[in-house]
Amino acid sequence: MAGYKPVAIQAYPVLGEKITQDTLYWNNYKTPVQIKEFGAVSKVDFSLQPPYNYAVTASSRIHIYGRYSQEPIKTFSRFKDTAYCATFRQDGKLLVAGSEDGGIQLFDISGRAPLRQFEGHTKAVHTVDFTADKYHVVSGADDYTVKLWDIPNSKEILTFKEHSDYVRCGCASKLNPDLFVTGSYDHTVKMFDARTNQSVISVEHGQPVESVLLFPSGGLLVSAGGRYIKVWDMLKGGQLLVSLKNHHKTVTCLCLSSSGQRLLSGSLDRKVKVYSTSSYKVVHSFDYAASILSLALAHEDETIVVGMTNGILSVKHRKSEAKKDSLPRRRRPAYRTFIKGKNYMKQQDDILINRPSKKHLELYDRDLKNFRISKALDRVLEPSCAIKTPEITVSIIKELNRRGVLANALAGRDEKEISRVLNFLIRNLSQPRFAPVLINAAEIIIDIYLPVIGQSPVVDKKFLLLQGLVEKEIDYQRELLETLGMMDMLFATMTSKESPSLLQHNASDGFLENKKIES
Amino acid sequence: MVEEESLRVVRCGGSELNFRRAVFSADSKYVFCVSGDFIKVYSTATEECVHILQGHRNLVTGIQLNPKNHLQLYSCSFDGMIKLWDYTDGILIKTFIVGCKLHALFTLDCAEDSVFVTINKEKPDVFQLVSVKLPKSSSQEVEAKELSFVLDYINQSPKCIAFGNEGEYVAAVRDFYLSVYFFKKKTTSRFTLSSSRNKKHAKNNFTCVACHPKEDCIATGHRDGKIRLWRNFDDEKKYTYTCLHWHHDLVMDLAFSVTEGSSLLSGGRESVLVEWREAAEKNKEFLPRLGATIEHISVSPAGDLFCTSHSDNKMIIIHRNLEASAVIQGLVKDRNIFTGLMIDPRTKALVLNGKPGHLQFYSLQSDKQLYNLDIIQQEYISDYGLIQIELTKAAFGCYGNWLATVEQRQEKETELELQMKLWTYNKKTQGFVLNTKVNMPHEDHITALCFCNAEKSENPTLVTTSKDGHFKVWILTDDSDIYKKAVGWTCDFVGSYHKYQATNCCFSEDGSLLAVSFEEIVTIWDSETWELKCTFCQRAGKIRHLCFGRLTCSKYLLGATENGILCCWNLLSCALEWSAKLNVRVMEPDPNSENIAAISQSSMGSDLFVFRPSEPRPLYIQKNISREEVQWGVFVPRDVPESFTSEAYQWLNRSQFYFLTKSQSLLTFSMQSPEEKLTPTSKQLLAEETLPTTPFYFILGKHRQQQQDDKLNEALENELVQLPLTENIPAISELLHTPAHVLPSASFLCSMFVNSLLLSKETKSAEEIPDDVSMEEEKESVDSDEENNFTEEVQDTNNTDLGKDIIHQLSKSEEKELRKFRKVDYSWITAP
Repeated sequence: MAGYKPVAIQAYPVLGEKITQDTLYWNNYKTPVQIKEFGAVSKVDFSLQPPYNYAVTASSRIHIYGRYSQEPIKTFSRFKDTAYCATFRQDGKLLVAGSEDGGIQLFDISGRAPLRQFEGHTKAVHTVDFTADKYHVVSGADDYTVKLWDIPNSKEILTFKEHSDYVRCGCASKLNPDLFVTGSYDHTVKMFDARTNQSVISVEHGQPVESVLLFPSGGLLVSAGGRYIKVWDMLKGGQLLVSLKNHHKTVTCLCLSSSGQRLLSGSLDRKVKVYSTSSYKVVHSFDYAASILSLALAHEDETIVVGMTNGILSVKHRKSEAKKDSLPRRRRPAYRTFIKGKNYMKQQDDILINRPSKKHLELYDRDLKNFRISKALDRVLEPSCAIKTPEITVSIIKELNRRGVLANALAGRDEKEISRVLNFLIRNLSQPRFAPVLINAAEIIIDIYLPVIGQSPVVDKKFLLLQGLVEKEIDYQRELLETLGMMDMLFATMTSKESPSLLQHNASDGFLENKKIES
Repeated sequence: MVEEESLRVVRCGGSELNFRRAVFSADSKYVFCVSGDFIKVYSTATEECVHILQGHRNLVTGIQLNPKNHLQLYSCSFDGMIKLWDYTDGILIKTFIVGCKLHALFTLDCAEDSVFVTINKEKPDVFQLVSVKLPKSSSQEVEAKELSFVLDYINQSPKCIAFGNEGEYVAAVRDFYLSVYFFKKKTTSRFTLSSSRNKKHAKNNFTCVACHPKEDCIATGHRDGKIRLWRNFDDEKKYTYTCLHWHHDLVMDLAFSVTEGSSLLSGGRESVLVEWREAAEKNKEFLPRLGATIEHISVSPAGDLFCTSHSDNKMIIIHRNLEASAVIQGLVKDRNIFTGLMIDPRTKALVLNGKPGHLQFYSLQSDKQLYNLDIIQQEYISDYGLIQIELTKAAFGCYGNWLATVEQRQEKETELELQMKLWTYNKKTQGFVLNTKVNMPHEDHITALCFCNAEKSENPTLVTTSKDGHFKVWILTDDSDIYKKAVGWTCDFVGSYHKYQATNCCFSEDGSLLAVSFEEIVTIWDSETWELKCTFCQRAGKIRHLCFGRLTCSKYLLGATENGILCCWNLLSCALEWSAKLNVRVMEPDPNSENIAAISQSSMGSDLFVFRPSEPRPLYIQKNISREEVQWGVFVPRDVPESFTSEAYQWLNRSQFYFLTKSQSLLTFSMQSPEEKLTPTSKQLLAEETLPTTPFYFILGKHRQQQQDDKLNEALENELVQLPLTENIPAISELLHTPAHVLPSASFLCSMFVNSLLLSKETKSAEEIPDDVSMEEEKESVDSDEENNFTEEVQDTNNTDLGKDIIHQLSKSEEKELRKFRKVDYSWITAP
């Protein structure tokens, strides 16, 4: 025969953000650590080598922070003017930075004075990067040029003068030592090949380009400028793959997650958005206090560092995996009980019969199955259930009402138990989704406990609280009705067909119900 | 077959199986139950109906095994006859005519040649138990007039009488009395419980009684749920009783089981079977959640099986260790039908409300419930007076891919719980799976829902109308994101018309128009843009039914109003075409033709009218199809079209019309008796029970040899199930005659064997020859030759000579019938 059917717990649509595996992943960070810098943080860069320190460029200084340190472990401050774009080499031993005066300085992480200085740009150098072979540096400057430098003899190898406006961003390919990409305020992104003396691919972004990013494979290029993020297929000669417009201010920085599956973008609208790189849909977004200028992710997405215009550096660390077995473990049966019969070979005529899978019932279901109604109600009124999942409590109350035993379950309670019920009512009565069930329960409680009212000050206080709540709700509904009347008047003057009748029904129903309970 | 008889209203869908206690055969292989005018014999192992014993002309009220011969069965009926049957062959042996209404039947081992029956003589409420002497006579029909009085003032129900301790006494209960009559002493003792005056004992009434078969012990059930065990009742002073109390509602039935220690079985409205071991309060076992109120309990003579009959027209065979082993389910009838009758487009099963919270899928062909679909999915609490969630509406859409259901529960005027569920058909699991659940789809009761079933519609659409004055259009939308693929239903459009209550909705055949009736007004909406196209108003009362014409009549819209007016509007001219005064209760369009059936209600009874929307004259009228009000009707497409040549009956060619009356009997129009309607395949399955029936047995078994007397029938069967003729296929004969050790491997032979079983083209053409009816005169001789060949082929015997012999001995009448069968119109084969 059919088994016991568990109580159907009414599922309500979750308002606001949908919970997906992405939201879970990206929400699993601790509260951010705020570090105050001297000026707007224009660049954050993580070293690719352990211990994954990061360089922060702000004003005329470059600070190197350890992953979990709040104080810089090292500072480079030998800049006469604003420094830009401090970038680690792949091996994490060298650091290069441009500056406002047109110079490029190369530092050893362990040293203090610059190892090399590349002079040649006439205006501010906003972007520098190491090429894949580690021996060259690419730079772009406000004098519209892009230069390639040789580190060992600190000489300029090549100069590209193809851009017609400031070059503000660039990125070298991780695979090919000769390829690099620069984006400029002339709305173009150009890919240069050091072997050919000229750009090989040029794409039109449409807005001044603020940031470019090459995928690890080198096949896809992402450019950000204006409100747009555009993805280009480089293997098809720079064909536009997708254009994203999810920010409502200029996008300033781009970053890939460690798996390469998610793309992050920061913008002046104070948001960081996370995109799936397969569907290019926004899967998550973060809010920050100020406009974002720079963004970086540590190895394995362990840390998110965001630099903002107000000089605040926000550092978020991933929560460590919670240690679950803090409770002393129950003694389990010995290992041999589990392997019992496992080595039995199936004979030819044997018929294998699997043990029927045992259906797991919730505790309240087990109580209901055995008609222990008060116990079931007690169980769902436990604070752990009543606060976290009020819908379960309400569903059980509804089920008891359906079985016609709600009054029996509510009767015969002492002061502590009844105040627990009343607490739950006070907390949830005004919620429209629970109201029909709970108003009925409240009526029953009032009927049952009317004769003993006045015996317990605690319970009386709760009743008064409930009364106040109901009165407030009635006032609220009345006001809503008035508003609705006004709106109806306005709508009547217009020819629009849309009528707010649905809203009206809700409001009037709630009003009637509340009136009833009052009486 | 083609002969035009008058059309009769035939009851179908079986009658209730739970009217009386079921009876087991001595070997527990069969279980018998009364079912309307018939007695049904079911196999306890396979749940299959083996025989239907028919012969009574009124409700059968009691059955008992013949104590002297366990292969025979006594039955009694309201028609005043006691009949003796051989149930293994389904043959009537003898009829005893008593002459007055018999209400119950009892047999006793020791009482030779007599049975006990309950009759009522003078007053309508006073019943007597009398013993009837059955005269020994060789004739088929015997008058049995020798009645001797046993007990007076007893209850009508057989549950209230029990014979105990190998027939030493009989106990009967009524109201507050327990009377015991001792056969040897010929005395009656009467025990009285404190009566209803006392409030505490207000529910002391006896409801049933059972006697221990070996000891002097009587168990009685009471209205307050108590069971009393009476002992020492041969002494009116010193009698004692003990109480067993578990049931909280009345005890419906009791039964003793006496193998390996005695135990008492009891059941009631809780739908829990309770077994009291050794008749002790603490020794009880339960079998809970049997689905519906237990009405009767019976125990097999060997004591290894129990059978409970339930109020939802179901019998459960329960093994002694309280494990249900088989369920025999008829059409569930004990509840109100809200959903109406529907046809599942996939299984062609009739779908309607079933068990509480379920939809039942009922096969009309095999008169058997296919399955129950749990819609409400909640634990059923069977307390009296509880307001249950009712399944009020259901509709199939998109060729059975979608099912929409509406459930509601209303405790008070303002508290309405409403839920709409949409189920999708899962091909993998072959069942419906819940897809979308909509809480409170409307503010008030939903009055109608319908799917758009047009072929071209790319997006499934559902329309619901409600008393809150709105109709809503629901469409299937893509709900998938990057994590999963999903579809779900969302509201697409909300329409209303001057705050009138929406009462009905209907899509036109091509799905381009939607008609929604708002009380007296019919509105037509464009299903593309949801614009109001036009309105019709006749001011003739609220619209009760609404439907579009089909096929050539698709330009008409029909509406039936509460004031008894049937209107037909022309959608091209937007004007009333015709109207008629007809108090329509049921209006159903035939999906396969233009015909529309309307059943009207008058003080005399219900009348059926079949008409086409294009002309106001009905094609067919049948007066007085039922004395009761007809609630629902439906057209069921036929698998095999009939070919009625008479004009009046042509509307039944493509579809059959079923309707349900207020007392929930399912009726249809037919010219055949229900027995003839059983399909040959099911008959064949019933053929023999003793041998295991494997597919090979059907192909190669001996049973056809044994049924040569029934050869004609056999031929028919074979023709229909199209079993090939094994004997004439060389491959098979070779296979069977070659010694096993020289045969190639079985895997090699398999494909050859299976291929040989396929129908060859020659037999097909042989079938098609007699299509031409005009040539029958000239070809008669040829025909008969062919016929001989044909039947001979069908003969599946090892000895073909024998087969031929028998064919030559065909009597004239048989030959005639054969020929008639050949003239059957096979034109439907060629029809697309």
